[in-house]
Amino acid sequence: MRIFNDIGQYLIMLRGMISRPENAKMYWKEFIHQCSEIGIGSLGIVAIISIFMGAVSTVQTAYQLVSPLIPLSVIAQVVRDTVILEFAPTLVCIVLAGVVGSKIASELGNMRVSEQIDALEIMGINTKTYLVLPKIIAALVVIPMLVVIAGVLGIWGGRLAGSLTNIIPPSTYDQGLLESFSEYNVIFALYKAYSFAFIISSIPAYFGYYVKGGALEIGRASTKAVVVSCIMILCADYLLAALLL
Amino acid sequence: MIEVKDIKKSFGDKTVIHDVSAIMQTGQCNLIIGTSGSGKTVLMKCMVGLFEPDQGEVLYSGESFTKMNRSDKTEIRKQIGMLFQGSALFDSLTVQENVMFPLNMFTNWSYKKKLERVNEVLDRVNLKDTNKKFPAELSGGMKKRVGIARAIVLNPKYLFCDEPNSGLDPQTSLVIDKLINEITREFNITTVVNTHDMNSVMEIGNYILYMYQGHKEWEGSNKEIIFSKNQRLNEFIFASEFLKDAKEMRMLEERGRIPNDRNIDDLIK
Ligand SMILES: Nc1ncnc2c1ncn2[C@@H]1O[C@H](COP(=O)(O)OP(=O)(O)OP(=O)(O)O)[C@@H](O)[C@H]1O
Ligand SMILES: [Mg+2]
Repeated sequence: MRIFNDIGQYLIMLRGMISRPENAKMYWKEFIHQCSEIGIGSLGIVAIISIFMGAVSTVQTAYQLVSPLIPLSVIAQVVRDTVILEFAPTLVCIVLAGVVGSKIASELGNMRVSEQIDALEIMGINTKTYLVLPKIIAALVVIPMLVVIAGVLGIWGGRLAGSLTNIIPPSTYDQGLLESFSEYNVIFALYKAYSFAFIISSIPAYFGYYVKGGALEIGRASTKAVVVSCIMILCADYLLAALLL
Repeated sequence: MIEVKDIKKSFGDKTVIHDVSAIMQTGQCNLIIGTSGSGKTVLMKCMVGLFEPDQGEVLYSGESFTKMNRSDKTEIRKQIGMLFQGSALFDSLTVQENVMFPLNMFTNWSYKKKLERVNEVLDRVNLKDTNKKFPAELSGGMKKRVGIARAIVLNPKYLFCDEPNSGLDPQTSLVIDKLINEITREFNITTVVNTHDMNSVMEIGNYILYMYQGHKEWEGSNKEIIFSKNQRLNEFIFASEFLKDAKEMRMLEERGRIPNDRNIDDLIK
C-alpha cells in the first residue's frame, strides 16, 4: 500500500511544481547554482569513471576476441558501441544517482527538518517550484552534457589503453571508430540520458522534500533515494532498449 | 485582526489542540503561553497554515484563511513574518543574505536600498558586524535575532514569533520584547508570540491565551493575570516560591493586613 501512497505523492509533487515563479531572477539564479552543483560538481568523478571504463572495455574485448580472423579495428567498434549505448549513459547515471541523488535528498531533507522549507512557505514562496523545479531542469540540462563528455572520454580512454598495452595501435583504433557508425546510437544514448536525468533529480527530491523526523531520517531518506533511483534507472534502461532498439 | 475558531488538531489518534478559539487584535501583542508540550507551536502552525487543522478555521481580517485557495493564501502569506522556534535560517546563506532573501524575492529595489534596509533591521535587533557570517557560526540567541530581523524586514502586517527569547539572557530578552512591542505599535501589526517567559508576559502581554494540554484554559491581559483565580494558571505563573510569596505579600498589602513599609524587597533577604 505504501508504494501507491508514495507514487501518488510523487505525482502530486511534480504537479505542484508547475507554477509561476514569484521572481524570475531568483529562480534563474537558483537554476544556475544547481547547474554548477550538479554539473561541475560531478565532472571529476564522471571523467575518471569514463576513462577507466573505456580502458577496461578495450582490454577485455581484446581478451575475448582471440581469433586472428577478426580484424583489430573491431575492438574499437565494440568499445565505441558499448560506451555510447550502455556505459556512458547508464553507468555514469548510476554513479550520478549516488553523487547527485544523495546530495539533492539530503539538502532538501535538511531544509525540511530544520523548518527552512516552512520558512519559505510562510514567505509565500511555492517551495516545490523554487526548490525542486530548478534541480530537475538543471539535471535535464547538464546530465546529458555529462553523458556526452563521458562518451568521448570513454572512447579516448579505450584508445589510450589500447596503445599503452600494445593491443591496438591508435591509427587502427581511429579507423575502427569510423567503421559502420550509426548516429542513431548517439540519439538513443541521449534519450536515455534525459530519462535518467529526470529520475536522478526527481526521485531524490521527493524523498528529501517529504522527510519527517530528524537527522537520522535524512540519512535514511538519502539512502533510499539512491537505491530507488538506481533501480528505476535500470528499469528504464531495459524499457528504453526494448522499445527503441 | 486574527480570529481562531474552534481549531482542533490531531496527530494520529493523539489530539494536540482541542477546540481552541481566540481573537487576536491588531496593534497589540497577543501571547500564547503554556508549559512545554502544551501545544503552542502546533496552534501557531495551524494559524499560519503549516498544519491543516482537522476542524475549525482561522480568519485574517475577517477572511477565512483555511478555506482560501493557494493564490489567495500566498497573498496573505506575503504579509506574514514568522520566527520559528529553531530560527530556521537558510544555512547556505550568510546573515546578510538571509535577511535580504525576502527583499530579493518580493521587491525590485536596488542592491543599495536593500542593503540599507537589511542593516537597519539588523541594527534594531542589536546585531552588528555579523553580516558576512553563516548561521553555523552564530550563537543560538544570535540566530533568533537574525530570524526576527528576517521576519520583520518586509514590514509584515502579521508577525508570529515562536519563543523569541528562549535561549536569550534576561537583558537581551527584554530588548527583543521591547522591539517586538515597539514595531507592533509603530506599524500597527497583529503580533502573536509563543512564550513561557513570565517577564515577557508582564512586559508585553496585551492579550494572553493560556494553553493547558491543548485546551484553552484562560485568557485575559497582563493586568488581570496575576489576580486570576484559575488554579492551573496560578501553578504556571507562580511556579517559583519567590513569586508565590511576592503575590501573597501583594494581596496582603492590598487588604491592608501588613504595614506598607514592608515591601517585596524584604522577601529577598
Ligand atoms: N509533527 C508532529 N507529529 C506528532 N506530534 C506532534 C507533532 N508536533 C507536535 N506534536 C505533539 O504535540 C504536542 C504539542 O507540541 P508543541 O510543539 O506545540 O508544544 P509547545 O507548547 O510548543 O512546547 P515547547 O514550549 O516545548 O515548544 C506535543 O505533545 C508533541 O508531542
Ligand atoms: Mg514550541
